[in-house]
Amino acid sequence: MEFNWDSLDTWTVVIGGLSAVAAALPGCFLVLRRMSMMGDAISHAILPGIAMGFLLTHTRITVVMFIGAACAGLLTAAFTQCISKYGKVDRGAAMGIVFTTLFAIGLILIRQSAQHVELDPGCVLYGSLEYSVIDMLQIGAIELPRAAVSIGSVMCINILVITFLHKELAISTFDPALATTLGISSVLMHYILMVVVAVTTVAAFEALGSIIVIAMLVVPPATALLLTRRLSNMLTFSAVIGMLSAFLGHLGAVAIPPAFGFQATVSSGMMAVAAGALFCCAWFFSPSQGLLVRLRKKGGRLPPLAGEGS
Amino acid sequence: MKSFVDDREVPSAGRPEHPDNIPLSVHDLTVAYDRKPVIWDVELNIPEGKLVGVIGPNGAGKSTLLRACQDLVPKTSGEVQIYGKPYKEQRKAVGYVPQRESVDWDFPVSAIDVVAMGTYGKLGWFRRVGKMQRKFSMECLERVGIPHLADRQISQLSGGQQQRVFLARALAQDAKLYFMDEPFAAVDAATEQAIVSLLRELNSTGKTCLVVHHDLASVTQYFDWLVLLNMRVVASGPTDEVFTRENLQKTYGGKLSLLDDVADRLRNVGR
Repeated sequence: MEFNWDSLDTWTVVIGGLSAVAAALPGCFLVLRRMSMMGDAISHAILPGIAMGFLLTHTRITVVMFIGAACAGLLTAAFTQCISKYGKVDRGAAMGIVFTTLFAIGLILIRQSAQHVELDPGCVLYGSLEYSVIDMLQIGAIELPRAAVSIGSVMCINILVITFLHKELAISTFDPALATTLGISSVLMHYILMVVVAVTTVAAFEALGSIIVIAMLVVPPATALLLTRRLSNMLTFSAVIGMLSAFLGHLGAVAIPPAFGFQATVSSGMMAVAAGALFCCAWFFSPSQGLLVRLRKKGGRLPPLAGEGS
Repeated sequence: MKSFVDDREVPSAGRPEHPDNIPLSVHDLTVAYDRKPVIWDVELNIPEGKLVGVIGPNGAGKSTLLRACQDLVPKTSGEVQIYGKPYKEQRKAVGYVPQRESVDWDFPVSAIDVVAMGTYGKLGWFRRVGKMQRKFSMECLERVGIPHLADRQISQLSGGQQQRVFLARALAQDAKLYFMDEPFAAVDAATEQAIVSLLRELNSTGKTCLVVHHDLASVTQYFDWLVLLNMRVVASGPTDEVFTRENLQKTYGGKLSLLDDVADRLRNVGR
């Protein structure tokens, strides 16, 4: 077994890691709001926005695409709200109606224009992390992959949003009624979060695809929540876990299949697998809430988690 | 419909002469969900510095009344004035204790973090909680008797302790008028006493508290003013005037006598 770690591998990990951090930060609030599936919905619903941007401009990452995605995100949130309120169906079903329809429209657009554009349904599924590193962008004297620049800027924006709106996001998640009475509109915060998620999924789309990005939105925050009971720690931990998933994922993709005589596999897919494996580790071995600790404490009987029942 | 309003007795002590002295004045308030009215034609004037119990059967619209006063649910008609001004201009004068079950106690924050949320309103957007707010939040926790639990994660608190955290958060809002939605629900005896003495303390400093309450047996002990609600206001006035068998029967539908209700409650406690 042999493989060479070159700059392309490094860039793959960097782009994967930046995407993971960018997604994990808003993902924490999705998980805490018990709205993880909203991330799923939005990551699908942005597809028509991306396809339209693609058809209009014939380039991959453009401002048009981000605006389209932000609109698609807002529309998903608003339509879901509308349908569950006036259509008398529950939120889950409303979400299902909205995002599948938008996703299907996006797929049709891509299929219909497949001969003109270099965007294929496979890329929608798991992105093209390995190819995104080849598309370099010249900035002054330095040459950087275009994907690293776009997802890097989105990550910076997310860090700024989470830093400046930390207390607003926290209170509107924990107690939306009180937040609203204090003048921090929980509806406004909801839509701000939806826009952030939409923009993040667009930026991560090329590297991760619209399915794998869901794993990065949900799994690292859920893992972090098993390791800490402090919101600020949760944000930091989820970012670290996201980066770790990117590194282990790429390493696994280039190292594991060749070890068994197969070709190297998709890094983005392996990233999600790595994130899932890290979640399992935390689930079993978390020093505060892990299965093992809880089992040992109660001599073999599984006590309820803190907060369950009373 | 108007005639119902006109022949309802609004005690003269509560009539606003200068509305800005009146902490809460509700006029002709109707709230409907899906065209079904939850509260109808509510007319209220609460004088300053009263401990007000809001009582009525389940589904009488007690929580909805509190929420409507704070613009949390859309009003179908009517208006609410807080110290003579609409709620929007008086946010900082109002503190709110929602029902304990309305939030997710697994949220990853500590008791002191929750209390500090009370200061967010005066802090304003983007600004972070500083030393001053932390110190003040700690004082609020001391006033409800649990400063030693400041750093405890909130899911590891008992029901009574969680309720105290909520009250401390309301204190941190530093308001003049408090809306409290069932603060006595499912708390231990010690917490009930702590809440009562806190209410008295607030009362003695001229604050007004509207408290949704369920236990008819303790009503006369705790509150000096009562609002009896069953979709409409059955009565509103000093406790010794309005806490009558007749009013209670009107509020609880006539079928249920006071004694039946108390017996019911004892059964529930026994279970």
